Amino acid sequence: MSKTTEKTYKRSHEPVFWGLFGAGGMLTAFLTPVMILITGLLIPLGIIDQHYFSYEKIHGFATTWYGSVIVLVLVALPFWHTLHRIFHALHDIGINRGRDWQQVICYGFAFAVSVFVFTLLLQMLTAPSLFGF
Amino acid sequence: MSKRKPYIRELPRDWWMKQLFYTKYMIREGSSVLITLYSLILAWGVFRLSQGETAFNGWLEALQNPFAIILHLLMLILALYHTITWFSLAPKAVDLWIKGKKLDDKVIVAAHYGAFAVLTIFCLLIITL
Repeated sequence: MSKTTEKTYKRSHEPVFWGLFGAGGMLTAFLTPVMILITGLLIPLGIIDQHYFSYEKIHGFATTWYGSVIVLVLVALPFWHTLHRIFHALHDIGINRGRDWQQVICYGFAFAVSVFVFTLLLQMLTAPSLFGF
Repeated sequence: MSKRKPYIRELPRDWWMKQLFYTKYMIREGSSVLITLYSLILAWGVFRLSQGETAFNGWLEALQNPFAIILHLLMLILALYHTITWFSLAPKAVDLWIKGKKLDDKVIVAAHYGAFAVLTIFCLLIITL
């Protein structure tokens, strides 16, 4: 007589966040250095002339459907990588109180900024005359 | 109520400063903080972009501040450090087998650096179009 003990497994939500962490890490590794170089150093220092990063050009790009998707990915995806790391680093430096809440705050922050950027881009895409002139 | 007194190993706050391996690990983790800051600056830029030309130019001007330049330089160094650590871990993730032979780790790492160089040059070219 065999009696099988059935164990119910709770599905973890970790793969979703880990996937975003990995994708964000890839993007950060390949593109963040050149992005910092362009927006933080070459343009402000005038090594690349500022008209290459003018309002018309960037706004024009961000208000195409593909441009808005690219901007969203470039701006929002790294948060899912870095906040995942910050969440785990909090444990490493010995802040162990309220891990559940730490997780909610960390991923919540990444989510909030993503929604913020998404909303702005959608607004520019659908009603370009709302804030422009 | 349990009367047991479990032994909790003490962990000094500076455990990661006593050995280079751990220090490097924490620098890698710490790079996340500055990359978060950079992404926030970009997100703020999108916000200013949505507000019109004057607002966007104000954002561009703020980036010319010497403090902003130094900050971006620091962020660039840490971002590059992240890139190096990410690529050195790449063989663990890729694990390619060709004709029953495992692809050499060095090949995988070199391919990543090659792609990184191509992408960087591509981005610099595309921005000046």
